[in-house]
Amino acid sequence: MIELVNIKKGFGEKVILPDVSAVMETGKVNLIIGSSGSGKTVMMKCMVGLMEIDGGKILYDGQDFTNMPEQDRKNIRRQIGMLFQGSALFDSMTVEQNVMFPLDMFSTGTLKEKKARVMECLERVQLKDAAKKFPAEISGGMKKRVGIARAIVLNPKYLFCDEPNSGLDPQTSLLIDKLIKEITHEFNMTTVINTHDMNTVMESGDHIVYMYQGKKQWEGSNKDIIFSKDEKLNDFIFASDFLRDAKEMRQMEMFQEKDWRNKLKKS
Amino acid sequence: MEFRFFHHFGSYLLMLKGMFSRPENMRMYWKEFMRQCVDIGIGSLGIVFIISLFMGAVTTVQIAYQLVSPIIPKATIAQVVRDTIILEFAPTLTCIVLAGVVGSKIASELGNMRVSEQIDAQEIMGINTRGYLIAPKIMASLIMIPCLICIAGFLGIWGGLKAGELGGILSAEQFWQGLRQEWKPYNIFFALFKSFVFAFIISSVPSYYGYYVQGGALEIGKASTRAVVVTCVLILFMDYILAAILLQN
Repeated sequence: MIELVNIKKGFGEKVILPDVSAVMETGKVNLIIGSSGSGKTVMMKCMVGLMEIDGGKILYDGQDFTNMPEQDRKNIRRQIGMLFQGSALFDSMTVEQNVMFPLDMFSTGTLKEKKARVMECLERVQLKDAAKKFPAEISGGMKKRVGIARAIVLNPKYLFCDEPNSGLDPQTSLLIDKLIKEITHEFNMTTVINTHDMNTVMESGDHIVYMYQGKKQWEGSNKDIIFSKDEKLNDFIFASDFLRDAKEMRQMEMFQEKDWRNKLKKS
Repeated sequence: MEFRFFHHFGSYLLMLKGMFSRPENMRMYWKEFMRQCVDIGIGSLGIVFIISLFMGAVTTVQIAYQLVSPIIPKATIAQVVRDTIILEFAPTLTCIVLAGVVGSKIASELGNMRVSEQIDAQEIMGINTRGYLIAPKIMASLIMIPCLICIAGFLGIWGGLKAGELGGILSAEQFWQGLRQEWKPYNIFFALFKSFVFAFIISSVPSYYGYYVQGGALEIGKASTRAVVVTCVLILFMDYILAAILLQN
C-alpha cells in the first residue's frame, strides 16, 4: 500500500500539487486520471522519487519514503517496477538484454537461472520470439510489453505505469491493460497507472483517483463512475455525446440487471 | 552571466560528487568501463592516426621552410619537430579533435538517454546513474586518452621523418640525429600531465551537458555543440595555465 499524506509540489512560484492525500491499495489497479496539466505525472514522479516533494509524506507500506536514508530508499526502489510512456528501453541492448539488465545488476543467480527468468517474463508478455531483436526493430505495442517484462523481472511489490496506452491502437491497448491487470492480481502488487484512456478506466480501474487542477477531485471504482454526480468528472470521462449515451445505456443495463436479480430472489 | 557560471560549476561539482558511491554490481561497472575503453580508445584510433601523421609531416615542411639560414644544421628541424609535437601538437591538437569526436558522442549518448527516460528507468531500479554512466566514461578517458596521445606523438614524429625524406628536406640519419639532440625527459612528463588533465575535461564536461539536458532532440544537438565548444575552450585555457606553471626555466 502506498499512502500520500498531504503532499505538496511546486516549481518556483507555480504550485502543481497544493495538498494531495490518497491511498494506492495493494492487489488493485489504482488509476490516476485527469486532463493534461492536472498534475498526475508530477504526482507519479514524486511517488517514485524522481522528484522531491516540498511537503507532506509518502509511505510505502508504512515506511516514510521521503525522509529515509539514501540506501533505504534504494532498497525500496528495488521493489518498484516502472513502465514509462516511451517504454525507455536501452537502445543498444536486445530485448533479452533489456529484460536481463535489472537481474544482471541486482541478482546473484547464475546466468542459466537469469536467462530462465527472462524467458519466463517474455513468455508472460508473449514476446519470446522477439528476444534477440533490438528495440528499433519492434513495434510500439511490443516495446510496451518488453517494458512490462523488464518491470516485473525482479518480482516488484509496486508497479507504476505512466500512460501505458499512449500511441497504441485500441486492440493493443486492451491487451496491455489486460496484461497489467492480470499481473497485478496474480502477484498481489500495488499497481499505479497514470492515464487518460477511457478504456483503461472502465476495464481496469479497481480504484480511481481523479485529479483536477492539482487537487484530488473524486475517488472511487470504475463501477462508481457510472453513477457519479461529480460534474467535472463526468465532463472529463464522458466528454462526447457518444460516451454520454453509452453511460446512460450502461446505467439502464445495470438497473435492469439489479431489478432482475431482485425479482429472481423474491421468486 | 556570472550567476549562470556559478550555477553550472556548482551542478558540475555535485555531479562529480554524486559519482562516488558503492557500485551496485562491480561486474556490471567493469563491463561498462571496458565498453567505454573500446569506444573511446579503439573508436578514436583512426582519426588520431590520420591527424598525427599529417601534423608531423606539415610541421617538418613548415619548419624547414622557416629555417633558411645555412648556418643552422638540418638536424635542428627534427629537434624542433620533436619538441613541438611532444609539448604541444600531440597533447593539445589531438585533444581538441578528441573533444569533437569523444565529447560530442558522450554528450549525445547521455542526452538521448535522458530525453528517452532511460536514465530515469535506471534511477528507479535503484542504480546510481552518475556512478554507472559517467564514472566509467571518465575512468576510460583517463586511461585511453594518454595512450592515444603517446601514439599520436610517435606517429607525428614518424610522419615528420617520412615527410622530410620524401620531400628531400633532410635524410633519415639527419632526422634521427636531430631527435637525439638536447633531449629533455621532462617534456614527456609535461605532455602526459597535460593529457590527463585534458582527458578529464573531455569526458566530464560533455557528461555534464548530456546528463542534464532537458527537452527533445533539438536540445540534444544544442547540448552536444555547447559541450564541444566549452571543452575546447577549457582545453586551450588549461593548456596556457599548465604551460605557464610547468614550463618555467
